[in-house]
Amino acid sequence: MRSDITRAKHHGSGGGELSLEAQRRRAAFLFLAPMILALFFVAAWPLLRTIYFSFTNTSLTNLYGGEWIGFDNYLQRRELSSGRVVWRGTLVDPAWWNAVWNTVWFSVVSVLFETVLGLMVALVLNAEFKGRGLVRAAILIPWAIPTIVSAKMWAWMLNDQFGILNDMLIKLGFIERGIAWTASIDTAMTAVLIVDIWKTTPFMALLCLAGLQMIPRDIYEAARIDGVHPFKVFWKITLPLVRPALMVAVIFRMLDALRVFDLIYVLTPNSKATKTMSVISRENLIDFDKFAYGSAQSTLLFAIIAIFVSLYIWLGKVDLSGEANR
Amino acid sequence: MSRFVTNASLSSAAAAAVLAVGTTAGSAADLKYVSGAVGNAVEVFRTLVEPWEAETGHTVSLVPMPASTTDQFGQYRLWLAARNSDIDIYQTDVIWAPQLADQFIDLGSHAEDLAPLHFPSIIESQTVNGKLVALPIFTDAPALYYRKDLLEKHGQPVPSTWEQLTEVAQIVQDAERADGNNDIWGFVWQGNAYEGLTCDALEWVKSFGGGQIVEPDGTISINNENAIAALELAATWPGTISPPGVLAYQEEEARGVWQTGNAVFMRNWPYAYSLGNGDDSAVKGLFDVTTLPTGGGHDTSAATLGGWNVAVSKYSENQEAAISLARYLAGPEAQKTRTLVASNLPTIIELYDDDDIAMEQPIIPRWKDVFLQAVPRPSAPTKVKYNEVSAKFWSAVHNTLSGDGTAAENLELLEFELEELKGDAW
Amino acid sequence: MKRSIADWIKWTAFYAFVVVIVVISIFPFYYAILTSLKSGTAIFRINYFPVDFSFQNYATVMTGRNFVRSVINSVLVAGTTVLLALFLAVTASYALSRVRFRGRALLLVTILGVSMFPQIAVLAGLFELVRFLGIYNTPWAMVLSYTIFTLPFTVWVLTTFMRDLPIEIEEAAIIDGATPWVIITKVFMPLLWPALVTTGLLAFIGAWNEFLFALTFTISETQRTVPVAIALLSGASEQEIPWGPIMAASVIVTVPLVALVLIFQRKIVAGLTAGGVKG
Repeated sequence: MRSDITRAKHHGSGGGELSLEAQRRRAAFLFLAPMILALFFVAAWPLLRTIYFSFTNTSLTNLYGGEWIGFDNYLQRRELSSGRVVWRGTLVDPAWWNAVWNTVWFSVVSVLFETVLGLMVALVLNAEFKGRGLVRAAILIPWAIPTIVSAKMWAWMLNDQFGILNDMLIKLGFIERGIAWTASIDTAMTAVLIVDIWKTTPFMALLCLAGLQMIPRDIYEAARIDGVHPFKVFWKITLPLVRPALMVAVIFRMLDALRVFDLIYVLTPNSKATKTMSVISRENLIDFDKFAYGSAQSTLLFAIIAIFVSLYIWLGKVDLSGEANR
Repeated sequence: MSRFVTNASLSSAAAAAVLAVGTTAGSAADLKYVSGAVGNAVEVFRTLVEPWEAETGHTVSLVPMPASTTDQFGQYRLWLAARNSDIDIYQTDVIWAPQLADQFIDLGSHAEDLAPLHFPSIIESQTVNGKLVALPIFTDAPALYYRKDLLEKHGQPVPSTWEQLTEVAQIVQDAERADGNNDIWGFVWQGNAYEGLTCDALEWVKSFGGGQIVEPDGTISINNENAIAALELAATWPGTISPPGVLAYQEEEARGVWQTGNAVFMRNWPYAYSLGNGDDSAVKGLFDVTTLPTGGGHDTSAATLGGWNVAVSKYSENQEAAISLARYLAGPEAQKTRTLVASNLPTIIELYDDDDIAMEQPIIPRWKDVFLQAVPRPSAPTKVKYNEVSAKFWSAVHNTLSGDGTAAENLELLEFELEELKGDAW
Repeated sequence: MKRSIADWIKWTAFYAFVVVIVVISIFPFYYAILTSLKSGTAIFRINYFPVDFSFQNYATVMTGRNFVRSVINSVLVAGTTVLLALFLAVTASYALSRVRFRGRALLLVTILGVSMFPQIAVLAGLFELVRFLGIYNTPWAMVLSYTIFTLPFTVWVLTTFMRDLPIEIEEAAIIDGATPWVIITKVFMPLLWPALVTTGLLAFIGAWNEFLFALTFTISETQRTVPVAIALLSGASEQEIPWGPIMAASVIVTVPLVALVLIFQRKIVAGLTAGGVKG
C-alpha cells in the first residue's frame, strides 16, 4: 500500500513529481537531525567512556589515570610461578554468571506475566463500562509510585512479623507462621517478581490499550454483525492489529527488566538469589574499588541486552523497516 | 516556563559568584558542607556553626543527602572522582575515610592538639598510613536491650555471656508462649546480608576472642576456632530464639518487633532507646540497656564502632576555611552543643563526665562503658578494599546462619578469598 | 429470559474481574494511605482499616523544607522533558515511519542501543558532560540526562503507531500540496492522540520518579526533585526510617499523576473512532 505513493511519483515521472520525493527525503533528514543530535550529544560521551574504561585499570580514586590493559577485565590468563595456569576476569567469575542467570530468569518470567496480564487489563479497559475513567486511573497507580518508595512499602508488607501479606495468608489459613519472604533464598526471587509484576503491568496495559484504541471500531462492528465468536475476533483481528504496539512494549519492558536495579537494590540488595547484572556492576563500580571491572560488566550487560533484543526482533519478526505488510 | 529559565540562570549566576569569592583568597569564604540529613540535622547544623561563622566571618551551607549511607557513599565517591570543587567538607562514616583517603587532605598537622582529646580507637580508625583523614564529630555504638519486666517475671538474670543469653531467651520465650503470648521472640538483631551484619558478627567473633577479621597490621585472622564457635552459636538462633525472618532484618525491623513488645532481647544502636521510651511504645519504661555479652569463656565484650567524622576535600578551593571549620566541629565546644541539642554521643572522653551533659542527657554517660569496649571494623588496614572484605564477610556469615555450609567451611573459604583479595598487600 | 441470565453472568464475571484488578492495583496504595495516617509504634501494627486520623505526617511533609518547591521542580523538569521528547520524537518518527531511506532499521536499533546501558554505568560520563556544559545543579541537567531514557522510548512507540496510519490520508494531503510539517501537525497528530498521550504519560512518570540522576546532578535543596526529597525525609537518627512521613509524601506525589490520568484519559480513548478511517 505504502509504495503506492512512490510508484505514483515514478509513473508521473515529471521533474516536479520527482522533486516532491526528494523534498520528502530532505524534510525527513531535517526532522531526524535534532533527535539524532540530541541523542548523540547526551549519550555518546558517557557510553563510549564506559566502554573505554572497561579496557583500562581505572579506579574511582584515580579516574583520569587509568592505563590500557586490553581484555584483562573480561578474561585474563595468568601463569603462576608453579606453572599452573589460572583464568581471571568477569567471564570466569561465577558471581557474574549467577547474576546473568538471575537477570535472565527474572526478565523472562516478569515480562511474560506482565504481557499477558497487561493485555488482559487493556482488553477490559477497552470495553465500555461505567467508571472506566476511574479504573484506568486506579490501575496506573502502581506505576506512578516512585520505585524507591514502592519497594520499601512492599518490604514492609512482606515482613515476616508485621507484614500485612503474611497476616492475610495466616487469617485465610494458608500458612501457620509468617513467611520471611525476602530473607529466604527460596522465596526472595518470588517476592521480587511479585512486586515487579505488580508495578509494571500498568505500563504494558497502557501501551496495549493505546494499540487497541488505534484499531478502527468499524472492524469490530463488521465482525459482530457477521456473528464471529469473540475469541475468534481476538485471535484473528485484535491480536494481529495490536501486535506492533505489543512488540514494542515488550522490547522496552525487556530492556528495563534486563537492567533491573532499584527494586532489587531496595528489596533484597545482597541476596545471591536475586542479585542481577546491574546490581553486581554497581557493587563493583561504586562500593568496591573495581571501577574498570564494573565497567566491563556494564559493557557485557549492554552486549547481552543487544543479543536479546536482536534475537527478539529476528524471531518475533519485528518489522523494523516497516515494509513487511505494505 | 519562564520561571524555570530564571531559576536556572539565577543559580548559574550564583555559582559564578561563589567561584569569584573562592578565588580571592583571604576574604570570607562560602563553604559547602555535605552530610546525610538525619532528624533535624539542618537546624542543628545552623545552631552549631553560628558561633564559628561569627568568629571567622566565613559562611557555610549544608548540602543535605539521603539518610541511606550507601547512597551517600556512592555520591561522594563519584563527586570526588570527578574532582568536584563545589563541596568543601564531607561528613564521613567511620568506615569511609580509609577508602577515600587519597581524596582528602591530611589533618594530622592541623589537629595535633585536638586529636589526643578523643577516644584513641576512633582516631586510630581514621588514620591511614600515618595520615589523619578525618576528625571525629560524634560516635555511635550498639548495646544489648533487655526487658526488665520479663526477666523479673521469670526470675532470670541479665545475661553476661552469649551462651547465657541463648538459654535465658529460650526459657523466657517458652514460658511467655505457654502463657499465650504467641508472638514473642527471644532475641532480635540485624541478620540481613548487609553492612549491619558485619557489625553484629564482628561483635560475636571479637567477644569470643576470635579477633577482628583483619588485624590492624593487615593479617587475616578470621579462620580460627573462637570465631567458628561464635558463628556456630549464632547459627542456632534463627528459628529458635529469633524469628526466621531475622535473616532479612535491618535495624528498623528489629526495632519494630521490639517496640511492639514482641522480643525479650535486642541488639541495637542508641537511637532505639528514646524511641522505645516514647509514649506510644509498648515497652515504655519496661526495658534497660547493658553492654553486649561475651562468649566462649572470653572476658571482654565488644561493640562495633559507628559514628561520623569530617574530612576536607583535596579539591576544595577554600581549604583553610574548611580546616578551620573541621577543627571547630570536632572540638569540645561544638561537640558539647551537639550532645545537648541532638543527643549525639561525643568522641571527646572528658565530655562523658561533663555536668551539663549528665544533667540534660542522663543516658549519655552510661554509654562510656560501651565505648571503652568499642572495636573498629577493619576499614583502616584494608583501605579501598574494605567494602569488598565486608561483603565477603557478611556473605560467609549469612550463609552460615541460613544453613548453607558449616561455620568452619565458610570461614576457611572466606580466609582463602580474603588472601586472594589481599594479594601482596592491602 | 435464558439469554438475559447468560448476560447477567457475563456481566457479573466482567465486573468481578474489574474489581479484582482495581483491588490488586490500589491495595498497596491504600495501605500507604493507612500508614500515612498512623504515627509512632502504631506503624508496626497491622490494621486493615484506619484506626486514627492523624494528619500530622502530612503536615510534617508539607511544612518541611522545600517539599512544595521540589514538587514544582519535578513538574517543570518532567513536563519539559516530555515536551522536548515528544517534539523531537514526533518529527523523527514521521521520517522513520513514512519516508524510505537507507539504514532506517539500523538507525532504529542504534537509538534503542542508547537505552541498553545500566544507569549507574553512564553516571560518571554524564556527570562530566553536565559539568562541562555548565548546567550542574540546574533543572537542565536533569532534562538533558532524562532524554537518554525518554527519547528512545517515545521515538520507537510513535514510529510504530505512525506506521500503522493508513496511507490514503497522507496521499490526500500530499495531493492538496501539504508540506511534511503540515502533514504531521494537522493530519497525523490528531489521529495519534492515544499514542501521544500514552507515551507522554509514561515518559512523564519515568522522569517524575527518576532518582539517581536527580541526586547526582543537584546540590541545592531548592533544585531537587520529589524522589530525592522523599529520600531526604529522615527519622531522628541514621537508623530510623520515618515511615509515616514517607508514606504521606508518596501519597501526595501520586495524586498529581492520578489527576493527570483523569485529565488526559479522554484523549487516551479518542483514537480513530473520531476519524472513522479504515485501515
